Parts: sequence; structure tokens; C-alpha cells
Amino acid sequence: MEVLFERPHSLSNVVNSYCPGCTHGIIHRLVAEVIDEMGIEGETIGIAPVGCSVTAYNFFEFDIQQAAHGRAPAVATGIKRVHPDKFVFTYQGDGDLAAIGTAEIVHAAARSENITVIFVNNAIYGMTGGQMAPTSLVGQVTQTTPYGRKVENQGYPLRVCELLSTVEGAAYIERVSVDSVQNIKKAKAAIRKAFECQKNKKGFSLVEVLSTCPTNWGKEPDEALEWLRENMMPHYPLGVYCDYTDKD
Amino acid sequence: MAKKFLMKGNEALAEAAMRNGCRFFFGYPITPQTELAAYMAKKMPKIGGTFLQAESEVAAINMVYGAAGAGARVMTSSSSPGISLKSEGISYIAAADLPCVIVNIVRGGPGLGGIQAAQSDYFQATKGGGHGDYRLLVYAPASIQELVDLTAKAFEKADEYRNPAMIMGDGMLGQMMEPVEFSEPIDLSSLPEKEWATTGTEMKRKKNIINSLYLSPEELEYLNIKRYEKYAVIKEKEPMYEEVYTEDAELIVTAYGTVSRVALSAINILREEGYKVGLIRPITLWPFPEKIFDERSKTAKKFLSVELSMGQMVEDVERCTKGRSEVHFFGRSGGMVPGKEDIVEEIKRIY
Repeated sequence: MEVLFERPHSLSNVVNSYCPGCTHGIIHRLVAEVIDEMGIEGETIGIAPVGCSVTAYNFFEFDIQQAAHGRAPAVATGIKRVHPDKFVFTYQGDGDLAAIGTAEIVHAAARSENITVIFVNNAIYGMTGGQMAPTSLVGQVTQTTPYGRKVENQGYPLRVCELLSTVEGAAYIERVSVDSVQNIKKAKAAIRKAFECQKNKKGFSLVEVLSTCPTNWGKEPDEALEWLRENMMPHYPLGVYCDYTDKD
Repeated sequence: MAKKFLMKGNEALAEAAMRNGCRFFFGYPITPQTELAAYMAKKMPKIGGTFLQAESEVAAINMVYGAAGAGARVMTSSSSPGISLKSEGISYIAAADLPCVIVNIVRGGPGLGGIQAAQSDYFQATKGGGHGDYRLLVYAPASIQELVDLTAKAFEKADEYRNPAMIMGDGMLGQMMEPVEFSEPIDLSSLPEKEWATTGTEMKRKKNIINSLYLSPEELEYLNIKRYEKYAVIKEKEPMYEEVYTEDAELIVTAYGTVSRVALSAINILREEGYKVGLIRPITLWPFPEKIFDERSKTAKKFLSVELSMGQMVEDVERCTKGRSEVHFFGRSGGMVPGKEDIVEEIKRIY
């Protein structure tokens, strides 16, 4: 009998901790499918961040380290320098990567560490209950911007792909979304490309995935996807920001 | 006999680390540990190792976390303000039971402080520094030969106990030159396998997880208790100290690191004058050599803790002498170092 659909081997056979309608589950699955398809589960070492995906070590079925808040790219650097032939990737949210971990991500890119970063941007701190993130949009209401994010007070949301693509060490940077089947397929292709980039020792790769947080956005899952399309996509355009994977 | 080299403390420490299997060094520039990193930068590439200058102390210690979790012998070095920055990472490293060596070439504090020799990070090194219930093995060498020997021990014990170890020196020890001998470089393949490390499963074993998060209080408490059982073994087996003239001593000076050498000079002067003065020099600051203080406090009437701080180790001396002896303190801070005459004078004053 032909198996048409199953849990990727790289995903553990456990119930994850994510809220209903949250897109972390989809993104985890895409990463696991890519690792399965490349046949690199036994050669992969992941790094879990601080945030909603802090317990990602329970959900992936390969070796994994849990890092201090924002420090995943530094931890990944340590691992990759010890095991340069293994696949090392970080899985980080927007607070982790673009606020407390800004220095680490910029310098990992500058060194062109041959690692892959899966950057999940849902424009809010989920784990701690919905505070303003560095990627929260102007006007966005959060627990710590109850009157909406105001430029005079909280400044502007950070565009990570645009920023990092100016760093010479970045080999491949793409922003994708998981709001539709079509976009999920594109997201998977981007994640695959990022891991291929690492396989071919081309240097630093990052895929930003626009994601939803129905719980802390206070929306139904389908409304959240709509909100992502209407509000996040205009500010965070999808696309490839740099691609030097064909260069020697 | 092995060949002798005339070397600066910082360089000798780096050489000793490499000879003892350290192939990964992550650091950030800070005075007065500079020569250590410079030596690593020069020599590591020649032995197939990695020297990486990180973007911050914070990043450096987290690179150490990653590399230690990946199974390597790894080291970082810094000085006081840098160790403060690393302290979050050190807590995580201790919590994840990762072996590594952290060097603190202590300078005067608090704050940015100064760059001269000090011992004012004793509390930070022995009582925590970072958050949570954890301990570091803390070695305090007093000569460059001892620095070299303790570097070997630090790597060995870190691996044995899966615990971070710290070498506490100061600017004097880092900068001065003395003749040293090194043991032959160890064979990396002779080191025991670290089955717990994240090296990739190769589909041959279950996944390994390096982690310090335990949301269940029952589980977290259980792990803390287990770790304290390990600490109890360390406290039993690993204390190191040196004693000089303590058998008949009425007053025992206690000092560690470079200032213990000044103290010993003072003691030698006083012995010639007929004063019954001795020295206990803790070599491990944690585990503190509690038993010898307990023992000697039964005969010595007075203790004098001489430190390059405003008085930190003296609290452990008080604790371990259990009120049996008078405990005094004499210290200089901010990078000031007492001369032997100053210590002689203080001993005579309280004798």
C-alpha cells in the first residue's frame, strides 16, 4: 500500500504546545519535511529560542540545543564551528531575533556563518502574552501599546530581511508567508533553498516566515490570516532579498 | 626534565589550554587578559583549532555554550566587567551541565572600575554571579606554573563533573613572566566520548537535547537536588590549598592568588622575629577548603584574611572557623596592592 501522507520523521510523535490557528505548526512541519527529503535528520542540530517555540526541542526528532533569549545565532556559531559538516539551524521569533538578539543575528550574517535561520515573524510577543514586538506595526494594539504603536513613542517596526540583505555575508535571504496553500508551498521551497545553501557551504541563509498569533491578536484563525495579508504583507513584502547561492 | 619557557601568565594559560585539548576559543577584547586571546588567535589556526572574536561577551559565552554542548573542549577568557556580561550564559551553561573553562583575569571594580589587579570578583565567582542555584569550580593560581597546572586540571574536572570551571587570576598574574614547564599535548582521541552531546544522531541513537528549561517545578527541583548531589561530591573531593607554618601558628594569614605571595613574604619576616604566624592559601575558591579552616581554628587564636578587595573571602573564613577564632581582614582595593611591610604592620597590630 502506498503511503500518501504521514508525519515527517523529523517531527516527534507528540502533541505540540501551540495555540489553535497558530502557524508555528505549519512552519515546524515544513522544516521537518525539508530535512526528511534531504535525508539529513541524522546530521542536523537545531537551536530552539526563547518564545513560543522555546520547547521546540520536544517537537523535532533530531539533536537540538535550547538557547538563551536572542542568543541562538551565537549558540549555532559554537556548534557549527565544532561540526562544520553538520546542518545547523536556528528557529527564532521576532522578539528573540529582532529585539534582544539583534547583535547576534547581524554578526552571524556578517561572519557569513554557514547556518540557516528560520525567522518566524508574527509581530507580537506570544509567549509572554502579547506585548509589542520590534516588528509590531505602527498603530498595532498590543498589551504594551494599548493605544496602538506610536512612532513618537515606540518608533518603527524593523524590517529584518531588508536590513540583513545589506550585510555582505548574507548568502540567501527570503521572506515568505504561510497564509495560503500556494504561499506554504513557496515557503517550503525557500526553506529547502536555505538548507541547500548551507549544504553547498555558501554561507548565511535566513527565511523570514510571516506568521499569525490569533490568541494575542484577538482574532479567529481565519481572521488572523486575513489580517496578515492586509496589514503585514504591505509592510513586509514577500520575496527574495538576496541570493548569492549560485556564486562561488 | 621538560623544557622551560619564560612566559607571561596570559600566554602560558593559552598554551596550557591548547595542550589540554582546547580547540575552540571564543572571546571579546578586554584588558588585562589581552595577551591570552592574542596568543590563541596566533596559535589556534596552526593546530586546526578555532579562535573567534565575538561581537560581545554575551555572544562569546553563548558560542561556548553551543560548542560545549556539541562536545568540544572550549574556553573563553575575560576580565571582571566582561564576566558580568557573561554571567547569564554561565548560569545557562551550569544549568545545562556543560563542561567548559572560563578565565577571569580580575581587575578592579565595581562598574568599569580600573585595569589593575584585584580580587573583588570573589563573590561573583563563588556565590553565583548569574541567577539560580549553581556553582563553578573556581581555581586561583598564585604562580604561572600553577596557572599552567590548574588549566589542565580545570579542563579535566569540567569534563569529569560536566560543570563549568573558572580560573581566577588577576592582572599581575596575567602580565608577569616566570619560567614554566608544560606537559606534552594530550591526544584528543584519548578523551572519553561525550554521549550526551549534540553531534547529530547519525540515525544511530535517540536525539540529544541540551536544555535548561523545566516548566514543571517538581522536575526542576529534582534536577537542582541532583546537581547539588554532584556539588557535594566536589566539595568532598576537590578542595585544594597550601599550608605554610600552620602547625604552631597562633595567627594564620589566609590569602589566595598573587597577594598570597606578598603575604608569605610578610610571614617569613615575622617568623624570623619570632612571631608564630602561618598561611593557608586556598587554591580552590569553590569548593572552599572548609575542613582545614575548621581544623586550624581549633588551635590558632586569630585569622587574618588578606585580599585585594574590600573583604569577600573573609566571610568564608568566618563561616568555616565557626566563631572559634577571631577573624580579621586587611585589604586594598581598586587595583592597589599592599606591600609586605603593610601586611607585617597589620599582623603586628592585631597579633
